[in-house]
Amino acid sequence: MGVLINKDTKVIVQGITGKTAAFHTKQMLEYGTNIVAGVTPGKAGQTVEGVPVFDTVEDAVKATGATASVIFVPARFAADSIMEGVEAELDLVVCITEHVPVQDMIKVRRYMEGKKTRLIGPNCPGILTVDEAKMGIIPGYIHKKGHVGVISRSGTLTYEATFQLSNAGIGQTTAIGIGGDPIKGTDFIDALKLFNEDDETKAIMMIGEIGGTAEEEAAQWIKENMKKPVIAFISGVQAPPGKRMGHAGAIIAGGKGTAADKIKALNAVGIPVAETVATMGETVVKKLKEAGIYDECHTC
Amino acid sequence: MNIHEYQSKEVLRQFGVNVPNGKPAFTVEEAVEAAKELGSKVTVVKAQIHAGGRGKAGGVKIAKNLDEVKAYATELLGKILVTHQTGPDGKKVNRLLIEEGSNIAKEYYLSFVNDRSTAKIVMIGSEEGGMEIEKVAAESPEKIIKEYIDPAIGLAPFQATRMAYKMHFKPEAIKKASATMIKLYNAFIGKDCSQVEINPLVVTAEDDVICLDAKLNFDDSGLFRHPDIVELRDETEEDPKELWASNEGLNYVNLGGDVACMVNGAGLAMATVDILKYYGGEPANFLDVGGSSTPEKIATAFEIMLDGGQAKGIFVNIFGGINKCDVIAEGIQKAAQIIAEKTGQDGIPVPVVVRLEGTNVERGRQILTEKPVKNVFMAPTMEGGAQDIVKRVEEAKKN
Repeated sequence: MGVLINKDTKVIVQGITGKTAAFHTKQMLEYGTNIVAGVTPGKAGQTVEGVPVFDTVEDAVKATGATASVIFVPARFAADSIMEGVEAELDLVVCITEHVPVQDMIKVRRYMEGKKTRLIGPNCPGILTVDEAKMGIIPGYIHKKGHVGVISRSGTLTYEATFQLSNAGIGQTTAIGIGGDPIKGTDFIDALKLFNEDDETKAIMMIGEIGGTAEEEAAQWIKENMKKPVIAFISGVQAPPGKRMGHAGAIIAGGKGTAADKIKALNAVGIPVAETVATMGETVVKKLKEAGIYDECHTC
Repeated sequence: MNIHEYQSKEVLRQFGVNVPNGKPAFTVEEAVEAAKELGSKVTVVKAQIHAGGRGKAGGVKIAKNLDEVKAYATELLGKILVTHQTGPDGKKVNRLLIEEGSNIAKEYYLSFVNDRSTAKIVMIGSEEGGMEIEKVAAESPEKIIKEYIDPAIGLAPFQATRMAYKMHFKPEAIKKASATMIKLYNAFIGKDCSQVEINPLVVTAEDDVICLDAKLNFDDSGLFRHPDIVELRDETEEDPKELWASNEGLNYVNLGGDVACMVNGAGLAMATVDILKYYGGEPANFLDVGGSSTPEKIATAFEIMLDGGQAKGIFVNIFGGINKCDVIAEGIQKAAQIIAEKTGQDGIPVPVVVRLEGTNVERGRQILTEKPVKNVFMAPTMEGGAQDIVKRVEEAKKN
């Protein structure tokens, strides 16, 4: 099961003729993703890894009935590509592209109001439902099937967490990389809601970092709504204020967005936060045992 | 990206915003010349550094005549200014802004920022001008007024007017204040800003509304649309190592300590800094080498960390996803060779502990153990590696 995608989801790759997109199209196909079309204006009629290319998302949807797209276009075209996917009434758009201007994302978010599409990203590794399908660049082999959902603002920390979980025998449902930008399509609360309603998912690992207050807001939401145990990790405890730590959104500004505040907010609602990046897996195991669901979550 | 106050004011002038007349000066002579040209009764001599709190730190002087301009310019140029935003080392003043004095009747605060939660630009105003806004927010939150702006409409005139009334501008200044707000919003949008802060925004005795100070920050991702803004970058304001790294396409932040790290991915890089500190080390830096690193790039990263003798040890923490561990291991070997050739020494001069995990990890480890590089050690786990490098640095410092 899992959330957002499965092996039947018909996926478009926007910008498929680019080098990175073509490489990851191959990887996604190998993982089992049902990629039905690619889109690059002016390249209709070509194929990439056997996938037919169309000029527009509209054409691709008409010809294939696709319901989701993953975007690999350069930053300056990313907002436009997202809106093209939204306008075509796709259920899901995942934007991998990094360095999308914030003003572009503000317009995109306004454009999406009242429309059906869910956006993941930008500046994210994408999503992966274990042994079903993946959209984006998450390496497939580190995942094992099971019952823990993973939500993360960071790509490598998603991999790191999943790897530790798999090593500890704790399989996963879906990994959602929500991305490292300040303004994005899906934040923690939206992702938590999806897992809260998914029967297969028994617990959730959420990985946050400095910048903004999404983790604090999520803590409050969890307290009021969450039916399943949540385990967290926050990176950037040592980050100095006013410095951007790699991700566009990872910055402590005006005293807001410190790791200490986030850890405090999460702890206050009973969510354990792993002390270091090396103990994410064991923190999950401990919580699963406490919640009495370790045995059913020990799937691999 | 940050720019100086005088540059911010030049940008705002392009959008019709009312700012005091003024000129930048790089020397005492230029300062006096600029003051002469301005011919104002009172001249303000303002130190130009990329940090707030200049007034309190003695970086803003009021001169009543040209002799005083000369004296203040002489005092400020070359001075190390320490403000609450510069850190204890302070920043050297290389530029001044020579500006006409204004007849201030009342000071206000006004800013625009991107609000993450609402995905909108928010205009923030307060009648408590000249103070740190964080302090106002903490002590009298009722004095912070916000207007969220619909990106499809822009800042609506009624919102600007409402803000002007709520900030308690006098009736004679309401229209000028709201017009200023709309022009500032246009500048924010027009130049892909991440922040426009006017503190203080003043009403003069003549009922004019003037931006007495101006701080503009820009969204780095939007800079491709604004070559004119890129031109304003002042590299002397940046940490030399950070500047070097950014010119090499590396994501590096100097943290001042001596236990360096090189990591792939920003999240893991932040977490690596944290775990080094957790085990008692003083992190030297944040460094994300990104996905597709060449041996040359890794060598440059090593050089930056080692420069000036800062790094007493380096922790390489790699989770190979799409990038395979064997490729990274080869990269480390070649980087060590490049460093060795440059320094004329065998291998890397400080201990390097390498933690590899992920795709092709066995082959990666094999490469580094079969053809060992002097001073490079494999770590069995991330925890073990972090502890090991901290210990090695401590030992190195004892000797």
